[in-house]
Amino acid sequence: MLELFRKLLHLPPAASSFARGVDALHVFVIVTTFLGVGVIGAITTYFVVRWRERAPGATTPRVAVSVGRESALVVGTLALFFLWWVIGYRQYLEMRRRPANAIPVYVIAKQWMWKFSYADGRIANDVLTVPLGRPVELIMTSRDVIHSFFVPAMRVKQDVLPGRYVTLWFQPIKAGTYPVFCAEYCGVSHSKMLGEVQVLDDASYRRWQQDATQSTSLAAFGRDAAVRHACLSCHTIDGQPHIGPTWSRLYGSPVKLADGREVVADPAYLTESMMDPAAEIVAGYPAVMPTYLGSLDTAETAAIVEYIRSLQAGPVTASVALPRLAVSVSPPGVAQPPPAGAAP
Amino acid sequence: MTGAAESPPRALTTAETNYATVRQTVGSWLLTTDHKRIGVLYFVATTCALALGGLFALLLRIEHLSPGPTVMGAMTYNRLFTLHGITMVWLFLIPSIPTAFGNFLLPIQIGATEVAFPRLNLLSFWIYVAGAVCVLSAMWLGAIDTGWTFYAPYSTQSPSAVVPTVVGIFMVGWSTILTGVNFIVTVHTMRARGVTWMRVPLFTWAMYGTSIIQVLATPVLGLSLVIVALDHALGWGLFDPARGGDPVLYQHLFWFYSHPAVYIMILPAMGVVSEVIPTFAHKNPYSYEAIVYSTLGIAFVGFLTWGHHMFVAGMSSFDAGAFGVLSMLVAIFSAIKVFTWVWTLSKGSILTATPLLYAFGFLFLFMFGGMTGVAVATMSLDVHWHDTYFVVAHFHFIMVGGTLTAWFAALHYWFPKVTGRMYSERLGALGFALVFGGFLGTFVPQFLLGNAGMPRRYYDYPARFQTLNVMSTLGSWLLALGMLLTLAYLIHALLFGERAAANPWRSRCFEWRTASPPPEKNFVEAPDFELGAYDYSALWPATDEAES
Repeated sequence: MLELFRKLLHLPPAASSFARGVDALHVFVIVTTFLGVGVIGAITTYFVVRWRERAPGATTPRVAVSVGRESALVVGTLALFFLWWVIGYRQYLEMRRRPANAIPVYVIAKQWMWKFSYADGRIANDVLTVPLGRPVELIMTSRDVIHSFFVPAMRVKQDVLPGRYVTLWFQPIKAGTYPVFCAEYCGVSHSKMLGEVQVLDDASYRRWQQDATQSTSLAAFGRDAAVRHACLSCHTIDGQPHIGPTWSRLYGSPVKLADGREVVADPAYLTESMMDPAAEIVAGYPAVMPTYLGSLDTAETAAIVEYIRSLQAGPVTASVALPRLAVSVSPPGVAQPPPAGAAP
Repeated sequence: MTGAAESPPRALTTAETNYATVRQTVGSWLLTTDHKRIGVLYFVATTCALALGGLFALLLRIEHLSPGPTVMGAMTYNRLFTLHGITMVWLFLIPSIPTAFGNFLLPIQIGATEVAFPRLNLLSFWIYVAGAVCVLSAMWLGAIDTGWTFYAPYSTQSPSAVVPTVVGIFMVGWSTILTGVNFIVTVHTMRARGVTWMRVPLFTWAMYGTSIIQVLATPVLGLSLVIVALDHALGWGLFDPARGGDPVLYQHLFWFYSHPAVYIMILPAMGVVSEVIPTFAHKNPYSYEAIVYSTLGIAFVGFLTWGHHMFVAGMSSFDAGAFGVLSMLVAIFSAIKVFTWVWTLSKGSILTATPLLYAFGFLFLFMFGGMTGVAVATMSLDVHWHDTYFVVAHFHFIMVGGTLTAWFAALHYWFPKVTGRMYSERLGALGFALVFGGFLGTFVPQFLLGNAGMPRRYYDYPARFQTLNVMSTLGSWLLALGMLLTLAYLIHALLFGERAAANPWRSRCFEWRTASPPPEKNFVEAPDFELGAYDYSALWPATDEAES
């Protein structure tokens, strides 16, 4: 029954322990709404037909107010609303009551990405990996403006504010991958600030936990560094222009600059673009990239250059959970707000 | 005193000239202190705002025909939804009914010849125009992409034309306060002999309630927006956590105004419906007192519900519960009105003309909008719905389904009063069908999009949301078609329509006891208010027989 209503109402899959109660209340509220409007609509229609004009301008009787009927309707409506409120408030308090055994994950939101830090020191961008059946607590803050962490399948949402930590918890009850949206408008790429919650069963989760210490190639290390530093929030690797130019087939190619010069994207140019981005702006892109001087160490810088070199054959499919982009460039001359904390 | 039936109101004199023909120069219109002419000026100005806001909305819907870029870039989209919200809320919805219909009718409904401060009224109009120009000039000064809510700290950092926009809204708010003060003083001091408080027509009561909210709430908006402007221009940092400020403080201040602002938009609409239903049912309201007291109830309790916009913004559970309960209380006043309107129909003599069709449209859409409003004030459900298209659909049901539908009812109902012409009933009904169907087509899919989890203010969206988005866009075209048709037949009626009788609807409300259009001083001779505005049980030979 509930499943049928979920289909009718276009609800997303029910993947957390909250979903059942919230959906049941949802159905109850919608059904009573339709009943209420239906009954009032039927009464109105009846009156309109029964008391249609027969003689224009005829006088009509003054009907005495039935205080009993008015009060019954008011008390009845109020009682219905209070019932919604009682159930809704209990569920809301439940969402606020974090279980003691919840797995903590630290979340930093920034324009336009989600960064997840796990207790074992691991960091991932845009993909939150959690085990099936265990409560997870997210401890969240924002580096710039207000964002809102929204997982429709879990029926949870929480605004993420700069300058303060807020928490949110949920317990996944179904393995799978579920989209994360930013629900609070946060600037030009608000609708690209997407992520995923990956719910793994026990075995896969254990494998994922052990995965941490693989040895990696320099390009792979570079890719990880690029993900970690959110380079890929603005630069795509599949050939599409985004906030910045794509990295696909960039290495060694000629680049037209905003001041009319043309340079070759060699390692020196790429390094300079990381450390002093304003020095050579590519034509058609806004000068919004912050400097990574001091935040990218030498090894990472080299690895990122190596990674870009590995994309010469591109375009390739994004292996990180890059927002599914059909990107457009903001009109030239429109300065973006420098993302205050784009460099972690 | 003689009985009502023997002393019919005598003011239905045909005047030689009326307010519109008495002087014909452009200057006599632009510098008029006649409340009726100011009402017409406001009507033209707010209707332009509606057309502009509607155009923005159509463009937004076209962009959503496909995921990814369809006709514009992300930045353009973000600017357009901001402009759509600002134009519709501040330049159309808040001023439209009070300043156009309120200005025209309020003095006539209480038997006055003017508002209390006619020159202030003219000043208020020109401040509105200056404010609107200032807001819209932002389009050329770098545009603005913050959303109509100006949430800090994005609004204080966004490198866009925040300051001119905010200054423009501040000016429009100022003009709103002037109109509000004017209406309050007019109702208190200028009622004609015989128009006691409990005989004041319901539309005027609604204007009175609206004015109270405008005067009390708008200064808070002005204050918050000034702080945003100072934050943006001078880096005050009051809402910026990096400088020790608090962004949630901004939300409290903003919604302390903006939730009551919802009632500024809906109370006038309720006032219109409270006039249209008794007139076309030819029947006294089931309970005049219930409508009056619920109007005042909404005006005051509406100030205590702002927190329900912030359930997921990090407020305490106790606060959330309290704001939830208070939101249900305010909904009860609306429920009382709905019951009263419906029972007014009982034992009436109902003529289903276009204004009544729109009033029924209002009733139906407002009930859905109101009930879904209580639903989003139900905290656990709000967690899922907040900032999704469900909320967008809900408030469009109130603002478009409620206020705009009532605005259309008012437009048709008072069209003969203002212009002295009649429009075609057949085209009126067709226009209603298009507007109503187009509205449902536009916003019902948005409820489902919200359920599915599509956040609002999204330039791009996952492909699985496309079908519902396309349906919504098609609906918006139907809605636009209905509105264009209405505009066309009303302009045609204005120029070539049949001459209207002074009281074509056989209404007993006070504004129908003078000529249509009214003479410059509203009445040729002192009107008689012996017979109540909704007294349909007594005979009224002068009009009812003369008309039929």
